[in-house]
Amino acid sequence: MYDLGKKQNPYGDDKLHDACGIFAVMSRSGRTFSGEIPIRAMENMHDRGNGLGGGYAAYGIYPGWPHLYAFHMMFEHKSAKAETEKYLHQFFSSMDGEEIPTRPHPGISSAPILYRYFLGPNHHLLNGLSEDDFVVQRVMHINQKIDGAFVFSSGKNMGVFKAVGHTEDVGRFYRLEDYEAYCWTAHSRFPTNTQAWWGGAHPFSTLDWTVVHNGEISSYGSNRNFLEMHGYYCTMHTDTEVITYAVDLLARRHGLPIDMVCKVMAPPLWRDIDRMPKAEKDLYTTLRVIYGPLLMNGPFSIVLAHQGEMIALGDRIRLRPLVAAEKDDAVYIASEEAPIRLVEPKLDRVWIPKGGEPVIVRLDDAAMAIAHPEGRSAVK
Amino acid sequence: MSPMKTHTWPEFIVERNDDRCIRCQVCVNQCTFDVHSYDAGLDELFAVDMNCVGCQRCQVFCPTNALTIRTNPTQSRPNANWRLENLFDVKKQAESGGIVLTGMGNDKPFRIYWDHLVLNASQVTNPSIDPLREPMELRTYLGRKPDRVVFQRDGEGQGEGHGSPVVPIQNMTPLVAIETPLMFSAMSYGAISYNTQHALMRAAQAFGTMANTGEGGWPREFRQYKENVIVQVASGRFGVDLEYLNDARFVEIKVGQGAKPGIGGHLPGEKVTLDVSRTRMIPEGSDAISPAPHHDIYSIEDLGMLIHALKEATRYEKPVAVKIAAVHNVSAIASGIVRAGADIVVIDGLRGGTGAAPKVIRDNVGIPIELALAQVDQRLRKEGIRHQASLVVAGGFRSSGDVIKAIALGADAVYIGTAAFVAIGCTLCQKCYTGKCAWGITSNRPEVVKRLNPDHAAERLENLLRAWSREIKEMLGGMGINSVESLRGNRLHLRAVGLEQWEMDALGVKGAGL
Repeated sequence: MYDLGKKQNPYGDDKLHDACGIFAVMSRSGRTFSGEIPIRAMENMHDRGNGLGGGYAAYGIYPGWPHLYAFHMMFEHKSAKAETEKYLHQFFSSMDGEEIPTRPHPGISSAPILYRYFLGPNHHLLNGLSEDDFVVQRVMHINQKIDGAFVFSSGKNMGVFKAVGHTEDVGRFYRLEDYEAYCWTAHSRFPTNTQAWWGGAHPFSTLDWTVVHNGEISSYGSNRNFLEMHGYYCTMHTDTEVITYAVDLLARRHGLPIDMVCKVMAPPLWRDIDRMPKAEKDLYTTLRVIYGPLLMNGPFSIVLAHQGEMIALGDRIRLRPLVAAEKDDAVYIASEEAPIRLVEPKLDRVWIPKGGEPVIVRLDDAAMAIAHPEGRSAVK
Repeated sequence: MSPMKTHTWPEFIVERNDDRCIRCQVCVNQCTFDVHSYDAGLDELFAVDMNCVGCQRCQVFCPTNALTIRTNPTQSRPNANWRLENLFDVKKQAESGGIVLTGMGNDKPFRIYWDHLVLNASQVTNPSIDPLREPMELRTYLGRKPDRVVFQRDGEGQGEGHGSPVVPIQNMTPLVAIETPLMFSAMSYGAISYNTQHALMRAAQAFGTMANTGEGGWPREFRQYKENVIVQVASGRFGVDLEYLNDARFVEIKVGQGAKPGIGGHLPGEKVTLDVSRTRMIPEGSDAISPAPHHDIYSIEDLGMLIHALKEATRYEKPVAVKIAAVHNVSAIASGIVRAGADIVVIDGLRGGTGAAPKVIRDNVGIPIELALAQVDQRLRKEGIRHQASLVVAGGFRSSGDVIKAIALGADAVYIGTAAFVAIGCTLCQKCYTGKCAWGITSNRPEVVKRLNPDHAAERLENLLRAWSREIKEMLGGMGINSVESLRGNRLHLRAVGLEQWEMDALGVKGAGL
């Protein structure tokens, strides 16, 4: 058994502390940006990380294979790769693999083997599962059972690139300037107590969902209890894991629209709910009463993304920074205003989102049809 | 037979500083245990120490501070096994042939786990929150919560459109909101005075929380507080009718009480005055007996039937709570109670108070609330039914520190009884069962009841709720939490000091420093 918990949390802490910088950009019309944009933005926020982890999620980067699951993977040794490929062959019918292109960079050392695969599930083996659930099970198996192998991301027409190092160095190491994406999210880490591990960097991802997160959730224990009651086992001891599972429970299993998911994680204050018109009051009271244990308390700003949609959310009393800006069809999100102005000096609008008010950006229908012809994954 | 000479001696010694005494006779008037007397001929005051229960009423009210009530320093011959209390109990029983009675909660030195748990605070990696400047939410909803939200977008079904209102379409289960996770425990009219019950209900209403009638009925005049009243249905069914059930915010079936698990109640006929008899719906002067078990609940399925009978009677509009004493296997019992349909489980621990209980029961039966609470919360979560019932705990909560630790161990709310009494004068003399309470809290003698001014007592109680709520907010803010629901069951904010491993396992907390 590959003990992710031990790798992630060598000292057995209750939970891991993290502080960070985040940046994201997305075009509503599907216009693409080169990876140079997030790299420069993260470079500007260099001091928000401490070189112990950085990463990017990019959407729309594999327009040639929109129907295939793109697995971005790291292997610590060749046997892990061999074992993983043997496993993948069992479960996927179409399979293409190649090394993820990198360039030597002085800021990045001890790189594992980095590979990507484009996979189509073997339909005979679905056994009634949706393709997405089938893929999630394969990813869980690889992460937990194959020693030295870890899946960074597994969505369609998207990918996660992450490493130990400063985020701008990570971007250049992965040659991200060669990629064109309609949506980028990026993250730099400042962990207080974790030893550096490539898989532990953000973005954290299942299927095409990615999370970048800056904050510390003081309600972690209550959140985890509730998720455990619903069958999620939190092995990584990170806030990000809890956020990811909460989104999965609320959005996928309970079918809440994403704006309501945000209202569960950062609900309005009771004193504001009390002043709402009846219909709204009932809605928010119901949400808080039922999902109170999933309130994410304490400071956080997060950017969630999946196919064709990006959501930025800050905690309800704004204890972590979050700036949003708009230029034509593009929306920028960052921990600070400076990196946004660096990459786009002429902005139409810059604002600080209210605590708990999500900024939701979606691809328009035409762009969606091109980037994700199958529509959104079952993860709604 | 002539009265038997007692072999006990006074527990307290009344010391009067004659230089300070102004012969005002306040002590004579205030003492309900006939300790003080005044001899007009000698112009001198005398005290019968033997009668003194150490309630300190005279000391507090003496205008010149001339009185000191001292614990009698006379000890029995040193003996690690036979302490003075053991000797006295045996002697009293030899003289009376009766069960030794007592009031209030267990006063024996069982380990108080609250004193071995410490709380967390934010440092550096996240900010503490200042409740003076930031909102801090204590509102708590009690009752069964649905498994999930079922809703639709107005107009377009379960689509993904944004901006259109989302409408929850399931029926919410009946819930009761309280503005602080503190409520007043069940204390019945009869066991407590009319004015005490009045003050409790008034304070509960003023602060947006609940007071519990206990099992002695609900005087009609106090129905004005109905938005803030829980009614109890106990084995004696005193005062229960359709109106009683439907006037309340929720109904609590009392199966057991922490001070006397497995034991019923007995309000002597002398305490059943005209008003008490009307409220309890029993003849004046008759003994009010609450049987040890409910004679319609001999098993868990019987409990389910009573729960649903009460739900039928209240048209499924009110949560039904079931209160039990913390005993062995409490987690399995609590799980059964939830499965039987209870919306709230109340657990009363070893140190819970009472108006009257056999001393041997109070001091020897039941388990500490800390262990019971931690186990029940953990069990209900493991079974995936924690959301189906709220968890309310009771039993000797002394401070907001105890309360917040209980929340971190999984409690939704805490009942306070003894602390409320202390707030209005009680000094824990443990003589509630005599009906002589000098503070007017548990006595029904009209001349003593009037000592407790309901306006003043309600103000003290409201102040207590406010003070504890403020302290809870300060501690929450220190942990970087601004809503009490984010601490509920969050044991990561607790650490243990000085406990054995099995105790930490039972509580589900790590040792400090780990």
